[in-house]
Order: sequence, then C-alpha cells, then structure tokens
Amino acid sequence: MRWLFLKDLQILRRSPLLLVVLVVYSLALGVAVGLSRGSGPTKPRVAVVNQIPQAERKFDLGGETIDINTYARQLFDAIDPVPAKSPADALAKVRDGDAIGALVVPADFVSKLRGFANFTSNERPSVTFYYEGDNPLKSRYVRSAVTSRVADLNRALSEKLAAQASKYLDYVLHGGDVPLLGQVLGLEKAEQILRQVQDRLPGKDAQRGPLGQVADFAHVAAVNLALAKPLLGTIGRPVQADERILNASAGSDDAYTFAIALSIPLMFVCVLLGAGLLALEREENAFGRLVRGLVSRTGIIAEKTAIAATLGTVAAGLTLAVLVATGSDVAAKDLLAGLVVVVVGGLAFGALGVALGAAAREVRAASLLAVLVLLPIAVIGLIPVGLASPHLYDAIRIVSGFFPFRAVLNGIDEALRGQGMAERLLHLAGLLAGYGVLARLALRRFG
Amino acid sequence: MSSTTLGAERVTKRFGAREALREVSFQATSGERLAIIGPNGAGKTTLLSILSGVQEPSAGRVTHPPEIIGWVPQQAAVYGKLSVAENLRLFARLERCSDVEGTVDRMLSLTGLHERADDEVGKLSGGNKQRVNIAVGLLGDPDVLLLDEPSTALDPRQRELLWEFISSLAEGGTTVFFSTHNVGEAERYADRVLVLADGELLYDGPPRELIGAERDFEAAFVRFLHERGH
Repeated sequence: MRWLFLKDLQILRRSPLLLVVLVVYSLALGVAVGLSRGSGPTKPRVAVVNQIPQAERKFDLGGETIDINTYARQLFDAIDPVPAKSPADALAKVRDGDAIGALVVPADFVSKLRGFANFTSNERPSVTFYYEGDNPLKSRYVRSAVTSRVADLNRALSEKLAAQASKYLDYVLHGGDVPLLGQVLGLEKAEQILRQVQDRLPGKDAQRGPLGQVADFAHVAAVNLALAKPLLGTIGRPVQADERILNASAGSDDAYTFAIALSIPLMFVCVLLGAGLLALEREENAFGRLVRGLVSRTGIIAEKTAIAATLGTVAAGLTLAVLVATGSDVAAKDLLAGLVVVVVGGLAFGALGVALGAAAREVRAASLLAVLVLLPIAVIGLIPVGLASPHLYDAIRIVSGFFPFRAVLNGIDEALRGQGMAERLLHLAGLLAGYGVLARLALRRFG
Repeated sequence: MSSTTLGAERVTKRFGAREALREVSFQATSGERLAIIGPNGAGKTTLLSILSGVQEPSAGRVTHPPEIIGWVPQQAAVYGKLSVAENLRLFARLERCSDVEGTVDRMLSLTGLHERADDEVGKLSGGNKQRVNIAVGLLGDPDVLLLDEPSTALDPRQRELLWEFISSLAEGGTTVFFSTHNVGEAERYADRVLVLADGELLYDGPPRELIGAERDFEAAFVRFLHERGH
C-alpha cells in the first residue's frame, strides 16, 4: 500500500496544473461562500416577545403620539418574526432551532420611556436581544437587523425627547402655560421683575445687593440655558439594546470564518482526489492487475482515502497558515485541535470521494459526480438555524448528517473556540466507516 | 514428465441473466502453450480473467493455481504518467521481488526497453506499451503467463519478436495461455487450442486435429464453428 501511495504522489507531482487549479478553485470557492454567508441574503427567523400591554402601545410623548407597532413593523420587514409567549418560550425556540435569536420587549418599556421623557427618572427603557453564540457569522445579520431598528426607534424618540425638553426650557426661559402646572414665570421675566424691584428700592437699602445678585443669576441662567438648547438634540439613545449571547463560549471571533475557509478546500480536494485517483486505477487498467493478490480491494480504498486526506490536510494547513499570518486571535492549542478535526474530516471526505469514484468508475464521470454532490452539501451545510422553517431545517440537519461537511465545519469551529469536539470526531469516524463499506460494495462491479 | 500447472473445473460465469462461460473444464501442463480462440463475445477474456484471479467464477473452480500467475491484459495495465522503469519498479515492489533493481534491469533487457527506461509510458507507441505490459506480467517469474490478445497493437516485426519471446518462456517451463483473434498465430505458436463460442468450450486439442481434411486452419476453424451452429 505504501508503494501505491508513493505512486499516486508521483503521478500528482507530474500534474501540477491540475493540483494548482484544484486548490485555487477550492480556496476561491471557500472565500466566496464565506463572504456570501456574511451578507445574509434572507430574513432570519427571530422569536419576538412583546410584553407591552396592548393599551400602552400607543402613547403620547411631548404632544405627539408614538405607536410602538410602527417600529415593530419596520423591524419585521428585516426579520421573520416568530411569536413567543414569554422570554422562556422565546429562548426555547432559539435552542430548538426554530429561531436564530430572540427579542424581548419588557412590559415596563413605555412607563420607563415616559419617566425618562418627563425627566422624572434616569432609568432608560431597554429591549433585550438574545442570539446564538455558536458562531459570529450566523448571528451577524440578525444582530444588524435588530440593532439598526432599535437605532431607528432611538432616532425618532430622541427627536421627540429633544423637542419635549426644548419646550420645558422655553417655559423656564420665557414662562408660559405649562400643562398640569399652570402659569410659569420664566427666568427672563423673573430678571425683569427683580430689576424693577431693585430700581424702586432706596439707594442705600440693604436689599439692593442681594436682589442684584439674584437678578444677575437669572440673567446668567437664561443665557446658559439658551445655549444648552441645541445640546438637547444630542440625546442619542434613549432606548438601550442589551445583547445576550446564548451558549456563550470563550474563544475566537475568527473561529467560524476559519472553519468555513478550511472546510470547503478540504472537502473539494479530498473528495475530488479520492474519486479521481480511484477511477484512474480503472482507466489505466491497473485495477485488475493490483487486485490479483498485489493489493486487496480494502487496501486500495484505504490508500486512496489516505492520500486524499493527506493532500486535503496539506491544503487546509496552508490555508490556515495564511489566515493565521494575516492576523488571528485563535490560541495555538486550539489550532492544533482544529487540525485534528481537519485530519479526521479529511479521511471522511476522502472515503466519500472513493465511494463516488467506485460508483462512477471513470475519472470524468467521478469528477462531475463529485462536484454535483459537493455543491449541495456545502450549501445546505451552511444554512444556519432560523433561516429556514423548522421542518425544513430538521430535514436539512438530517440530510447534512449523512455527509461530513457540517460535522467538519462545526467541529473546526468548536475546536478553534476551545470547546470539546469529541461528538463531531465520532460522527466523522462513523461516516468514514460507512463510506468505506459503500466503496467496498461498489468495487465489486468496478473491475 | 510434464506436471499439471493450471486448470478449470466446470467454470461458469454469469453477468446477470447472461452466461458468459458455461461449465468450462480443461487442464494445462508446464511448458505448454495454449491458445484460446473463438468469435467475439465467446468468453475468451472472461476465462483468462478468471484464471488470473481478477474475477471470481459464478460456479466451478480454478484448479492447481500456482503461487505466481503472470497477467497481461489486452489493454496495457500500466501508469501513463510514470516512466517505463518507474512502472516496473512499482510492480516489482508490489510483487515483493527480492531484488527490485535487478529485476527491473532484467525486464528492460528482456523487452529491449533499456533506452526508453526513463520515458513516460503514456508517450510510448502502442507496441512499446505492450512490451512494458508484458514485462510487468513477467516480473514475478510466473509459472503461468496469461496474455489477452497480446499481438493486437504490434506491427509484424514486433509480433515476431513477441512470439519468439513467448516460445522461449515456454521452453523454460512457463505455461503460456494466450487469446487471439488471429487463428494463424494459434496454429503456429500454440501446442493446444481451446475453441470457445458463446461461453461453451467446443474444442480442446492440438491445432492439427482441428484442421482435419482442410488445408487452411482459418477455413477449418470457420467450418468447425458452422458445424456446431455458431
């Protein structure tokens, strides 16, 4: 088997163009898929709990009516809302995979906003947004959707709050008929009255000095408050958005990006080489010669799987080296753990390729079959929780379970975050054995 | 006295509903040259591949299989991207030859390919490819050599050299089976012919006995098949 392995390396070394095209194509595809995943083309499913009592969803602020439902509708344009009865229900939907995140608007939202607007409380209203912490890319789009809608709400509220505060300042400065309080004098009129009283007092009256001081204060206060008015426009964020990460783990933000960048080249190199190298044995008519006691059929499967995994690991290792060289916060020990997943995943991908090569029997047919199988595997493997309906997602998860891509992707991600990846490795080992058996069965009609 | 080296006992091979070989039986002795002839689809290649161990019979068995059987398939079973010497070296290692370099050198001399040793097999002519193919089949010093239409890609001169080479192997005690469409070659170079048609062994004996009253072996062969409904 060793000699067969070296022979395949020798053949590949004499086909440098093929190797370069294979690796460059796989890497380019990995980067392209990674970027497209980051942009989030479809509406993510978000569990929404609106605890504001129905009667309070429209309220008056500074003489203007605020309708919370208007802002909710804007948010729902960007997400696919999944109604939830309570925060616990919303979190359960996230954990069950029905939604990618949860948004909770508490019952005291309006009362806190009113208190803040009326300057009777410093406590700002808040909404809480929970999202899955298993990978940053998966949550990026939905975080962006929620935070931008909260920013819209803040923008609208801050204008109204500034107008409200401005009115109060006008009352303080100029006086007027204040709702609930009645007539208010105002600093300017207070100064005028004080000056008039001061002028009427005898020149040596002891009250003239203190009255002058009070009048000066009223003057300075009026001037400064007038200057403060434009500053009210800077009340930027009356509503807070609290972000909470579910399944939060210490680890790198680069993990998922790395996982995608490694998984796709690993998959393409291993599967295409496994399929092509096995089919080549038949095209060169050497298979019949080999299985006449020189190498067993199982030995050939093992050799092709091993060489595909070796070269796939080298390709993934090079990718990793480039990624790390360009800057990363992944710990060295986590990189090693990630490489373990790459090696086991490479073997599973290689075995898949060998099974495809055994089924297709010709190099061109095997390559075409491999590409036809790999693209859907990659696409469905990258669909995150919440971007599809729960039933469709369950179906995707089951189908993905029969292929190594998702297990490798999540395994590398977990490894780079310093989490255990034993479950993924076991999954991949099971797939390796399964594909090995399928390849062995297909080889019965191979020669 | 010559000893039995390889035989078949009621060997049958089915591909689905089609019966490619039907209860074929014979015995070969050491140093014997056996030609397997018959029309297209007669089962010649199937029989050779079963004797070589590439395929398993559906029923019956191969008898007295020696430890090493040399196999030279119809299409050159060598790697086009490797050189002549690299191919020989690889298969010598897989055959577990004790002296790999010595064996490679001997095969290069035997097939006259010394000067092309470093050439990629994919760039060789059909005749030279076939020589490499035969050299690989001979690497393990086999007791039995099986050749499937070995002269097909060769020009007359190369063909002559091939048969001289095969005859010398047989004189050295190697049993040689070869299939051919060229019945003249069977007449000239075989001690025995096995005539197959539709998977059935119709004749097993010396070529002269098949000729009978006919002067021409090819005409005798065609008449023989006609008489048996083929």
